[in-house]
Amino acid sequence: MLSIHLILFLAFGAVCVAGAINLLAQTHPINSALSLIAVMAALAGEYLLLGAEFVAAVQVIVYAGAIMVLFVFVIMLLNAGVEEHTSGSRVAILFGVPGLLLGSILLAWVFLRHSGTVAVAAGALPGDPRTIGQLLFHDFLLPFEITSVLILIAIMGAVVLASKPPTAPAGKVD
Amino acid sequence: MVPLSYYLVLSGFLFACGVAGFLIKRNIITIFMSIELMLNGVNLSFVAFAAHWHSLAGQVFVFFVMVVAAAEAAVGLAIIIAVYRTRETLNVDQVNLLKL
Repeated sequence: MLSIHLILFLAFGAVCVAGAINLLAQTHPINSALSLIAVMAALAGEYLLLGAEFVAAVQVIVYAGAIMVLFVFVIMLLNAGVEEHTSGSRVAILFGVPGLLLGSILLAWVFLRHSGTVAVAAGALPGDPRTIGQLLFHDFLLPFEITSVLILIAIMGAVVLASKPPTAPAGKVD
Repeated sequence: MVPLSYYLVLSGFLFACGVAGFLIKRNIITIFMSIELMLNGVNLSFVAFAAHWHSLAGQVFVFFVMVVAAAEAAVGLAIIIAVYRTRETLNVDQVNLLKL
Protein backbone atom coordinates (compact mmCIF):
# COMPACT_ATOMS: atom_id res chain seq x y z
CA MET A 1 0.00 0.00 0.00
CA LEU A 2 1.25 3.46 -0.87
CA SER A 3 1.35 5.64 2.20
CA ILE A 4 1.13 9.42 1.86
CA HIS A 5 4.75 9.59 3.04
CA LEU A 6 5.93 7.34 0.23
CA ILE A 7 3.87 9.23 -2.36
CA LEU A 8 5.40 12.54 -1.26
CA PHE A 9 8.87 10.98 -1.27
CA LEU A 10 8.37 9.72 -4.82
CA ALA A 11 6.97 13.07 -6.01
CA PHE A 12 9.87 15.10 -4.60
CA GLY A 13 12.33 12.44 -5.72
CA ALA A 14 10.98 12.59 -9.27
CA VAL A 15 11.50 16.36 -9.33
CA CYS A 16 15.06 15.83 -8.02
CA VAL A 17 15.89 13.23 -10.66
CA ALA A 18 14.32 15.24 -13.49
CA GLY A 19 16.16 18.39 -12.41
CA ALA A 20 19.50 16.59 -12.13
CA ILE A 21 19.11 15.06 -15.61
CA ASN A 22 17.99 18.41 -17.03
CA LEU A 23 21.10 20.04 -15.53
CA LEU A 24 23.21 17.63 -17.57
CA ALA A 25 21.10 17.89 -20.72
CA GLN A 26 20.90 21.68 -21.01
CA THR A 27 23.68 23.50 -22.82
CA HIS A 28 22.95 27.01 -21.59
CA PRO A 29 24.20 27.67 -18.03
CA ILE A 30 21.13 29.66 -17.00
CA ASN A 31 18.89 26.65 -17.75
CA SER A 32 21.21 24.44 -15.74
CA ALA A 33 21.08 26.91 -12.86
CA LEU A 34 17.27 26.96 -12.87
CA SER A 35 17.06 23.15 -12.85
CA LEU A 36 19.55 23.09 -9.98
CA ILE A 37 17.24 25.43 -8.05
CA ALA A 38 14.38 22.97 -8.71
CA VAL A 39 16.53 20.12 -7.35
CA MET A 40 17.33 22.11 -4.20
CA ALA A 41 13.69 23.05 -3.59
CA ALA A 42 12.61 19.42 -3.98
CA LEU A 43 15.40 18.36 -1.62
CA ALA A 44 13.98 20.77 0.96
CA GLY A 45 10.73 18.80 0.66
CA GLU A 46 12.63 15.57 1.29
CA TYR A 47 14.21 17.11 4.41
CA LEU A 48 10.73 18.05 5.66
CA LEU A 49 9.63 14.44 5.17
CA LEU A 50 12.57 13.34 7.30
CA GLY A 51 11.54 15.77 10.06
CA ALA A 52 14.47 18.12 9.52
CA GLU A 53 12.41 21.28 9.32
CA PHE A 54 15.20 23.72 10.16
CA VAL A 55 17.52 22.12 7.60
CA ALA A 56 14.72 22.43 5.02
CA ALA A 57 14.28 26.13 5.76
CA VAL A 58 18.04 26.77 5.60
CA GLN A 59 18.23 24.76 2.38
CA VAL A 60 15.69 27.07 0.72
CA ILE A 61 17.13 30.29 2.16
CA VAL A 62 20.87 29.63 1.81
CA TYR A 63 21.15 27.16 -1.07
CA ALA A 64 18.23 27.91 -3.35
CA GLY A 65 18.30 31.54 -2.29
CA ALA A 66 21.75 32.96 -1.65
CA ILE A 67 24.14 30.58 -3.40
CA MET A 68 22.07 30.17 -6.56
CA VAL A 69 21.45 33.92 -6.77
CA LEU A 70 25.25 34.28 -6.74
CA PHE A 71 25.50 31.77 -9.59
CA VAL A 72 22.80 33.45 -11.68
CA PHE A 73 24.42 36.81 -11.00
CA VAL A 74 27.80 35.59 -12.28
CA ILE A 75 26.20 33.95 -15.34
CA MET A 76 24.54 37.25 -16.23
CA LEU A 77 27.64 39.29 -15.37
CA LEU A 78 29.89 37.22 -17.65
CA ASN A 79 27.20 36.88 -20.34
CA ALA A 80 27.81 33.13 -20.51
CA GLY A 81 26.54 31.62 -23.74
CA VAL A 82 25.83 28.13 -25.03
CA GLU A 83 28.78 25.82 -24.40
CA GLU A 84 30.59 24.39 -27.37
CA HIS A 85 31.71 20.78 -27.38
CA THR A 86 35.02 19.43 -28.60
CA SER A 87 35.80 15.90 -29.76
CA GLY A 88 37.23 15.11 -26.32
CA SER A 89 34.02 16.03 -24.53
CA ARG A 90 31.96 13.99 -27.02
CA VAL A 91 34.05 10.95 -26.13
CA ALA A 92 33.44 11.79 -22.46
CA ILE A 93 29.67 11.85 -23.08
CA LEU A 94 29.88 8.58 -25.03
CA PHE A 95 31.54 6.80 -22.13
CA GLY A 96 30.23 8.92 -19.26
CA VAL A 97 26.48 8.50 -19.72
CA PRO A 98 26.51 4.65 -19.85
CA GLY A 99 28.98 4.75 -16.96
CA LEU A 100 26.60 6.94 -14.97
CA LEU A 101 23.68 4.59 -15.68
CA LEU A 102 25.74 1.52 -14.79
CA GLY A 103 27.03 3.11 -11.57
CA SER A 104 23.55 4.25 -10.52
CA ILE A 105 22.02 0.82 -11.16
CA LEU A 106 24.83 -0.91 -9.26
CA LEU A 107 24.50 1.52 -6.35
CA ALA A 108 20.70 1.12 -6.25
CA TRP A 109 21.01 -2.65 -6.34
CA VAL A 110 23.49 -2.71 -3.47
CA PHE A 111 21.46 -0.32 -1.31
CA LEU A 112 18.11 -2.00 -1.96
CA ARG A 113 19.54 -5.46 -1.36
CA HIS A 114 21.41 -4.77 1.85
CA SER A 115 19.24 -2.24 3.66
CA GLY A 116 15.85 -2.63 2.03
CA THR A 117 13.93 -3.50 5.17
CA VAL A 118 14.93 -0.57 7.39
CA ALA A 119 12.28 2.13 7.31
CA VAL A 120 12.56 5.76 8.35
CA ALA A 121 9.45 7.12 10.02
CA ALA A 122 8.13 10.54 9.04
CA GLY A 123 9.31 13.10 11.55
CA ALA A 124 11.08 10.46 13.60
CA LEU A 125 13.60 13.02 14.76
CA PRO A 126 12.44 16.55 15.57
CA GLY A 127 14.96 18.88 13.96
CA ASP A 128 13.48 22.11 15.27
CA PRO A 129 15.68 25.22 15.62
CA ARG A 130 15.77 24.98 19.42
CA THR A 131 17.34 21.51 19.58
CA ILE A 132 19.61 22.20 16.62
CA GLY A 133 20.80 25.44 18.23
CA GLN A 134 21.53 23.77 21.56
CA LEU A 135 23.57 21.10 19.79
CA LEU A 136 25.34 23.61 17.58
CA PHE A 137 26.35 25.93 20.41
CA HIS A 138 27.33 23.27 22.95
CA ASP A 139 28.65 20.10 21.36
CA PHE A 140 29.78 21.66 18.10
CA LEU A 141 30.97 25.03 19.38
CA LEU A 142 34.59 24.67 18.24
CA PRO A 143 33.75 23.59 14.65
CA PHE A 144 31.20 26.40 14.54
CA GLU A 145 33.83 28.99 15.47
CA ILE A 146 36.31 27.51 12.99
CA THR A 147 33.75 27.76 10.17
CA SER A 148 33.28 31.42 11.02
CA VAL A 149 37.03 31.92 10.43
CA LEU A 150 36.64 29.99 7.15
CA ILE A 151 33.85 32.33 6.06
CA LEU A 152 35.96 35.36 6.95
CA ILE A 153 38.88 34.06 4.87
CA ALA A 154 36.51 33.23 2.00
CA ILE A 155 35.09 36.77 2.03
CA MET A 156 38.57 38.30 1.93
CA GLY A 157 39.66 35.87 -0.78
CA ALA A 158 36.61 36.63 -2.92
CA VAL A 159 37.15 40.37 -2.61
CA VAL A 160 40.85 40.09 -3.47
CA LEU A 161 40.25 37.75 -6.42
CA ALA A 162 37.29 39.55 -7.96
CA SER A 163 38.57 43.09 -7.53
CA LYS A 164 40.05 44.77 -10.58
CA PRO A 165 43.85 44.46 -10.71
CA PRO A 166 45.67 47.78 -10.40
CA THR A 167 46.51 49.30 -13.74
CA ALA A 168 49.87 48.11 -14.98
CA PRO A 169 52.64 50.72 -15.07
CA ALA A 170 53.57 52.03 -18.50
CA GLY A 171 56.01 49.82 -20.42
CA LYS A 172 54.98 46.62 -18.67
CA VAL A 173 53.55 44.06 -21.07
CA ASP A 174 50.32 42.55 -19.69
CA MET B 1 7.28 4.75 6.06
CA VAL B 2 9.97 5.06 3.43
CA PRO B 3 12.94 2.67 3.57
CA LEU B 4 16.30 4.28 4.27
CA SER B 5 17.65 2.70 1.10
CA TYR B 6 15.32 4.83 -1.06
CA TYR B 7 16.88 7.99 0.33
CA LEU B 8 20.35 6.55 -0.21
CA VAL B 9 19.53 5.62 -3.81
CA LEU B 10 18.27 9.15 -4.51
CA SER B 11 21.33 10.63 -2.81
CA GLY B 12 23.64 8.36 -4.79
CA PHE B 13 21.91 9.26 -8.04
CA LEU B 14 22.29 12.99 -7.36
CA PHE B 15 25.97 12.47 -6.55
CA ALA B 16 26.48 10.40 -9.72
CA CYS B 17 24.79 13.13 -11.80
CA GLY B 18 27.13 15.66 -10.21
CA VAL B 19 30.18 13.56 -11.08
CA ALA B 20 28.94 13.08 -14.65
CA GLY B 21 28.27 16.80 -15.05
CA PHE B 22 31.70 17.60 -13.66
CA LEU B 23 33.28 15.36 -16.28
CA ILE B 24 31.19 16.05 -19.40
CA LYS B 25 30.34 19.75 -19.05
CA ARG B 26 32.66 22.25 -20.73
CA ASN B 27 31.34 25.47 -19.23
CA ILE B 28 33.22 26.32 -16.05
CA ILE B 29 30.07 27.67 -14.32
CA THR B 30 28.11 24.48 -15.08
CA ILE B 31 31.02 22.41 -13.76
CA PHE B 32 30.80 24.45 -10.58
CA MET B 33 27.05 23.80 -10.35
CA SER B 34 27.74 20.06 -10.67
CA ILE B 35 29.89 20.31 -7.54
CA GLU B 36 26.95 21.89 -5.73
CA LEU B 37 24.77 18.99 -6.91
CA MET B 38 27.26 16.52 -5.41
CA LEU B 39 27.21 18.40 -2.08
CA ASN B 40 23.40 18.30 -2.10
CA GLY B 41 23.41 14.55 -2.66
CA VAL B 42 25.73 14.11 0.33
CA ASN B 43 23.49 16.37 2.46
CA LEU B 44 20.48 14.17 1.74
CA SER B 45 22.31 11.07 2.96
CA PHE B 46 23.43 12.98 6.09
CA VAL B 47 19.82 13.87 6.96
CA ALA B 48 18.55 10.37 6.13
CA PHE B 49 21.16 8.77 8.37
CA ALA B 50 20.40 11.29 11.12
CA ALA B 51 16.76 10.18 11.09
CA HIS B 52 17.80 6.55 10.91
CA TRP B 53 20.21 6.60 13.85
CA HIS B 54 18.16 9.11 15.90
CA SER B 55 21.10 11.46 16.18
CA LEU B 56 20.86 15.15 15.39
CA ALA B 57 24.60 15.35 14.72
CA GLY B 58 23.88 14.43 11.10
CA GLN B 59 21.66 17.48 10.69
CA VAL B 60 24.28 19.73 12.29
CA PHE B 61 26.83 18.42 9.80
CA VAL B 62 24.55 19.55 6.98
CA PHE B 63 25.03 23.12 8.20
CA PHE B 64 28.79 22.76 8.08
CA VAL B 65 28.55 21.37 4.55
CA MET B 66 26.40 24.37 3.61
CA VAL B 67 28.92 26.80 5.10
CA VAL B 68 31.75 25.17 3.17
CA ALA B 69 29.61 25.23 0.02
CA ALA B 70 28.88 28.93 0.48
CA ALA B 71 32.56 29.74 1.02
CA GLU B 72 33.48 27.61 -1.97
CA ALA B 73 30.86 29.32 -4.15
CA ALA B 74 32.10 32.78 -3.18
CA VAL B 75 35.79 32.03 -3.81
CA GLY B 76 35.13 29.86 -6.87
CA LEU B 77 32.95 32.43 -8.59
CA ALA B 78 35.56 35.09 -7.86
CA ILE B 79 38.15 32.85 -9.52
CA ILE B 80 35.81 32.39 -12.50
CA ILE B 81 35.49 36.17 -12.83
CA ALA B 82 39.28 36.53 -12.67
CA VAL B 83 39.76 33.79 -15.30
CA TYR B 84 37.19 35.40 -17.59
CA ARG B 85 38.87 38.77 -17.19
CA THR B 86 42.26 37.47 -18.34
CA ARG B 87 41.17 34.90 -20.95
CA GLU B 88 37.76 36.09 -22.21
CA THR B 89 36.41 32.54 -22.22
CA LEU B 90 34.49 30.20 -19.94
CA ASN B 91 35.34 27.03 -21.84
CA VAL B 92 37.65 24.81 -19.78
CA ASP B 93 39.18 23.36 -22.95
CA GLN B 94 40.67 26.77 -23.67
CA VAL B 95 41.90 27.27 -20.10
CA ASN B 96 44.52 24.53 -20.16
CA LEU B 97 47.68 26.54 -19.59
CA LEU B 98 48.86 28.36 -16.49
CA LYS B 99 50.66 30.74 -18.82
CA LEU B 100 48.57 33.46 -20.41
